[in-house]
Amino acid sequence: MRYILRRREIVADDWAHLGEEAAAGTPLIVPLERLRADAARWAPWPGPLGVRLAPADAPEDLAPRLARFALVAVEFPNPGDGRGYSQGRLLRARLGFRGELRAVGGGVKQDQVFLLARCGFEAFELAPGEDLEAARRALTRYTVAYQPGATGVRVDRQRFFAP
Amino acid sequence: MYRYDELDQAFVEERVAEFRDQTRRHLAGELSEDEFRPLRLRNGLYLQRHAPMLRIAIPYGLLRAAQLRKLADLARRYDRGYGHFTTRQNLQLNWPALAAVPDILAELATVQMHAIQTSGNCVRNVTADHMAGIARDEIDDPRPYCEIVRQWATLHPEFTYLPRKFKIAITGSAEDRAASEVHDIGLHLRRAADGALGFAVRVGGGLGRAPVIGALIREFLPLADLLGYLEAILRVYNRYGRRDNIHKARIKVLVKTLGAARFREEVETEWLAGRGSAPLLTAADVERMRGFFRPQPYEALCDQDVTAGREPRFLAWYRYNTRAHRVPGYRAVFVSLKAHGAVPGDATSEQMEAIADLAERVSFGLIRATHNQNLMLADVRQDRLYEVWRALEAHGLAMANIGTLTDLIACPGLDFCSLANAGTLGVAHDIQRHFDDLDYLYDLGNIEIKMSGCMNACGHHHVGHIGILGVDKHGEEWYQISLGGSANGFTALGEVIGPSVAKHEVAPTLVRIVEVYRALRAEDEPFIDTLRRVGLEPFRTGAYALHPQAA
Repeated sequence: MRYILRRREIVADDWAHLGEEAAAGTPLIVPLERLRADAARWAPWPGPLGVRLAPADAPEDLAPRLARFALVAVEFPNPGDGRGYSQGRLLRARLGFRGELRAVGGGVKQDQVFLLARCGFEAFELAPGEDLEAARRALTRYTVAYQPGATGVRVDRQRFFAP
Repeated sequence: MYRYDELDQAFVEERVAEFRDQTRRHLAGELSEDEFRPLRLRNGLYLQRHAPMLRIAIPYGLLRAAQLRKLADLARRYDRGYGHFTTRQNLQLNWPALAAVPDILAELATVQMHAIQTSGNCVRNVTADHMAGIARDEIDDPRPYCEIVRQWATLHPEFTYLPRKFKIAITGSAEDRAASEVHDIGLHLRRAADGALGFAVRVGGGLGRAPVIGALIREFLPLADLLGYLEAILRVYNRYGRRDNIHKARIKVLVKTLGAARFREEVETEWLAGRGSAPLLTAADVERMRGFFRPQPYEALCDQDVTAGREPRFLAWYRYNTRAHRVPGYRAVFVSLKAHGAVPGDATSEQMEAIADLAERVSFGLIRATHNQNLMLADVRQDRLYEVWRALEAHGLAMANIGTLTDLIACPGLDFCSLANAGTLGVAHDIQRHFDDLDYLYDLGNIEIKMSGCMNACGHHHVGHIGILGVDKHGEEWYQISLGGSANGFTALGEVIGPSVAKHEVAPTLVRIVEVYRALRAEDEPFIDTLRRVGLEPFRTGAYALHPQAA
């Protein structure tokens, strides 16, 4: 059983990634590349479906089908690869995605979660060995921010605002 | 100057607490060096050849006396009693202990300073013209906008893990004294016909391995859209900049690959699409920031001749180390960190304290760090210049060589830096020795030497009238010499003149080069103008001549 951080709670993960063993009917996260390669299989899929974006994937490509997905997982292969921050922000702020935005991969660590949350991520599948409790605490490491950010993280003070 | 409010103070304190925890986890073995590196870099901490190096931000070069005193104090207690001022208006401590760095940062926070984002692949310290607010040719003071950009860039949720480092410079004058054309983004203040302020935007300039002048992608960006437009540029870069090869990861490579026109299109499209969710500066935001940079309470004075009857050494200092000021009766004073025999850019704790005291006495308590590794007292009454000169001289800070050949820029080089291929400090001393005769130095006039110990070009060698680049040749230190670069007013990249020379040959080669200039110059013609007029060839020939007297 995998535990994740979701909206500041440590919870058992109720989703499975394609290829993982899971009970029938478990909601499934499928890489965008596989969805494209095998559209005939996935288009009629009856259950909840999540899509997993690789760092080079363009979230705009999801736009026409975004409502089909209850979850978008964005991959962070290492902490230095920051492309997913822009993907997350675009999904939330521009494409209006309202489902679960989840950060996954070896780059998701306690020292990244505050920034990720401010880009709109609400769920964190942390890198192996990461301390979930420490990551939960890290979400409130800062009480202030200069930039506009996602509403999921409250800050007491903020300097600049979007119109 | 800007003063922290509760938000800023809470932020730096929370940042220190975070880094203290990260350092603790690293020392406890919970964070490997690979995991710790990007975190410590974003707090200014490098692991160098001998010890850690801490790079402290001096945003757009401006310091209060109390801040400079704190830097002096930190250098004394945590280092070896000196600090190194860099070309990007930062201060580097070369010998702090890793475990002490959180304490140093906590002390910096007590004087509204930090070392955030002075390294790592993120937006670095924003730099500006050292004459900001006092230049006669200024359109508007760039510092309020620098402070806005500094705050916006600080721990930006989306842009803290970029493909590579990212440098922004803002200039407010017609003459570009901030080298903004060789920055990742260079912003030039402009005033539209209707009086509205905005910026010309250049992107993709840079030195390093493939030096290039930034492409102009927007003639006029309205002030309100400053941050929104920066976000659009950064987003295009964050998404499409290369991450597979560190040498191709700067934004200049993306601009070149796409072409400036296509890059501009991407940015403009992104900007328009993102306008609803990007920060928009309000008139109140701008006014609040401008309020921190109002002109000093100058007295109503007239310009006066303060040189009459004074000794020649003062006259030389006045001529070379002071500059005209926008306000009559005042001058700007360079504090030379280029004394012969000293390391360019270094200041001892005692010197920093003396400068802080002097600033409080004669220059509204403010000090500026310049990008040519000197300090400046920007607002000195002309009738106090003699007193200032005496005080600076007493501390070895009045070397009258600003703008001359020995006011050279040098990175710390192989003596300190783990990236360097070759030493710079020994060469700098050698040059100082060869050009120690002040009359000779003055006769040569304005010659800018810039020296880097490796291709990363921290010493900006590409834009030196004379550029010196240290290279490694089979484990030996050699030096490539280029001519014709320029960063002031008219940006140009220098051209390598020929084979590199051995360490002990650098200074003699420079002597031969300036002798060519002396032989060919028209009356009062500066070095760079002669070079542009006659071309490289005579200099190339002269530089490599074994017996220049016979030529």
